[in-house]
Amino acid sequence: MSAIAEGFRGFARYLGGVMGADAYQKYLEHHVASGHLGPPMTEREFWRDRTDRQDSNPQGRCC
Amino acid sequence: MASMPGGRARTADEDLDLTPDPLLPPTAVDDAVRETEESRWTPTKIAIWAAIALLGGVAWFMLAIIRGETVNAIWFVFASVCTYLIGYRFYSKVIERYITRPNDRRATPAEYKADGKDYVRTDRNVLFGHHFAAIAGAGPLVGPVIAAQMGYLPGTIWIIIGVVLAGAVQDYLVLFFSMRRGGRSLGQMAREELGVIGGTAALVATLLIMIIIVAILALVVVNALGESPWGVFSVGMTIPIALFMGVYLRFLRPGKVMEVSLIGFVLLMAAIIGGGLVADTEWGAAFFHLDKVTIAWGLIVYGFIAAILPVWLLLAPRDYLSTFMKIGVIVMLALAIIVVRPEITVPAFSEFASRDNGPVFPGALFPFLFVTIACGALSGFHALISSGTTPKLIEKERQTRLIGYGGMLMESFVAIMALVAAISIDRGLYFAMNSPAALTGGTVETAAAWVNSLGLQGVNLSPELLSQTAANVGEESIVSRTGGAPTLAVGLAHIMQQFIGGTALMAFWYHFAIMFEALFILTAVDAGTRVARFMLQDSIGNFVPKFKEASWRPGAWLCTAIMVAAWGAVLLMGVTDPLGGINTLFPLFGIANQLLAAIALSVCLAIAAKRGSFKYLWIVALPLGFAAVVTITASFQKIFSPVPAVGYFANNAAFSKALADGKTEFGTAKTVAAMEAVVRNTMIQGWLSVIFVVLSIIVIVTAMIATVKAFQNEAAGVAHTDHEDPAVPSRSYAPAGLIPTAAERELMAEWNRLPAELQLEKSAHH
Repeated sequence: MSAIAEGFRGFARYLGGVMGADAYQKYLEHHVASGHLGPPMTEREFWRDRTDRQDSNPQGRCC
Repeated sequence: MASMPGGRARTADEDLDLTPDPLLPPTAVDDAVRETEESRWTPTKIAIWAAIALLGGVAWFMLAIIRGETVNAIWFVFASVCTYLIGYRFYSKVIERYITRPNDRRATPAEYKADGKDYVRTDRNVLFGHHFAAIAGAGPLVGPVIAAQMGYLPGTIWIIIGVVLAGAVQDYLVLFFSMRRGGRSLGQMAREELGVIGGTAALVATLLIMIIIVAILALVVVNALGESPWGVFSVGMTIPIALFMGVYLRFLRPGKVMEVSLIGFVLLMAAIIGGGLVADTEWGAAFFHLDKVTIAWGLIVYGFIAAILPVWLLLAPRDYLSTFMKIGVIVMLALAIIVVRPEITVPAFSEFASRDNGPVFPGALFPFLFVTIACGALSGFHALISSGTTPKLIEKERQTRLIGYGGMLMESFVAIMALVAAISIDRGLYFAMNSPAALTGGTVETAAAWVNSLGLQGVNLSPELLSQTAANVGEESIVSRTGGAPTLAVGLAHIMQQFIGGTALMAFWYHFAIMFEALFILTAVDAGTRVARFMLQDSIGNFVPKFKEASWRPGAWLCTAIMVAAWGAVLLMGVTDPLGGINTLFPLFGIANQLLAAIALSVCLAIAAKRGSFKYLWIVALPLGFAAVVTITASFQKIFSPVPAVGYFANNAAFSKALADGKTEFGTAKTVAAMEAVVRNTMIQGWLSVIFVVLSIIVIVTAMIATVKAFQNEAAGVAHTDHEDPAVPSRSYAPAGLIPTAAERELMAEWNRLPAELQLEKSAHH
């Protein structure tokens, strides 16, 4: 049973990775590891910044 | 090696200054260890590969040689998967060894440019899914359906062999070369490698090709939704659902991507079920019953608004929804085909395989089959995705083979699944659905009579089957629903109802399929318009600098309007075309896509030559040559063919003459206005073909010149300039393939033992 739950969680994590749901977490990891000055963006700021940058840097989707 | 002025010399990997950090374990598996591991053939390994080869061989034999009454769909799965495995294990290794030559001691852009936002090291398996979701869309679901006119075998061979030797090669090479250049776009690489003329031609061609591709994708949606209240309602509901998701993510719960995607998915299902209920009511049927021209105008207005709205409001949430659906749908389709294993009654080669007057698309098998199936076998559009986002996320150079080559194999598999779904329906039904209304007459009686008059072997279509199928899928009529999407939806509903739910759920499955195709396409339309707008702004910006400012509203809106007007005009032309829009425009879509592939492969050829891979240049030259021959032949036939059904100008001349002779109807055009429309459309389509082919020939020729120059430089001992980013030593390690090898596991263990403060931040490992 726990193996099934673990498998399901693993799949959900994978799907989340593919969709980019873990982007903020990765940003934080990068922020810590690179020893940036100043506090990191909050989660709200980060996602705002992310979509706003896409406004001026669009990516194509395939046919 | 001497250095050339203005650029760095091409240097062999061993000359690079990649002094590793002495505190860190090795950042790559030792070359000698890897070599022995790869070349050691244990009995188990030999047995496995022999079994794969044998199974694949048997499957191909069943598909290609055995001529029974029927063939089981499972053979398509075995033939494709075994061929992919062999291509991946052996052919892509050859490309890796002789053309790309990845070096894991070098840092990737995700490492040396890491910013936590655009450049982020991403686990290879996650990135595989991400890249696949970015390249796969409606293309591989539509082309194979239309190509099924010729029988199943030509399409199957081209999809499977084409991807191994051409499509996956292009994706892999573009991904790798762009990664070495910090994630530069195809257009930038073309300018650097081919010079101003080649680069400009590539840019203009890319822009035009994007317009055509967006227009024809939009045409597929319009054809699927025309006169379908259910479809219009449920697809229309995706807009408020996406807006809600956008607001939710922006203001209510930022970053809860999975949560909002699940909510969106549930709402989407509700919209499909609700669509059935609404279409059953009198007011719903009246209100959402729209003709194709109205829907086309709606789509044009929508396209403009969607492209100027902020990304967070519409594009980003719909992107999540589309990715979510894409993965779900593809898993579902594969499972259903494996579980249900439908029997296929379509012949390997149909009566139309040897003729050039097929009703679904005109023209002979060569070259038109190879342009009709673009995505799934070789798709130039992928070059735009493979250069750009994905290269900025790669962890290690060796992983490009899994992501670039492997990702495209996966898309090819989707194309095979779509082909199987489409050919599992009755053949008479297929032709009644995919032939233009001008031929079928639009009613079940005329369509059945027309299909039966074709003299197709084993086809005896009754009007009852047509009306019964339409009733089952909840549509008023399925006659002349061209564009591929409705046929795939019927095929999918046909397979899925045997899997879950029976006939009662067929209508749900049909509209589910229409919904996800529309979702993919609308996302592609939004994003395509935006990308094209930026390309135009950038180009105009060279003359009027103000246009380069992305935030300057008037410029952005003007350029968006120009782009929407351009694809909107082509869309309306297709919708109103008396000859049947898909029939005349789809070849143009395929030609455009394959010409883009030829451009991408030309750039790869020039780069590979400058890297000194002369002996193995055929790996790039082979798909380039094939794509060039196919598309240039197809273009020439479209331009010069004297057969009116094939040649745009021949058709133009025939209709012009009829008008001059004072005729009031000609062929399938029943009025003077329709005849004038044909004259106008064929002229535009003809000139578009001319422009495409001229631009592409310029690009190919400049690439040839660059290649020859590289060869001469090599012979004269002059070093080449390369445009790669400087090599930086890597400070991390990750295995290359799906399953780590013994040596890779050993190295991973070594890295895991490293004290935390010495490790780079870890990318999420799953």
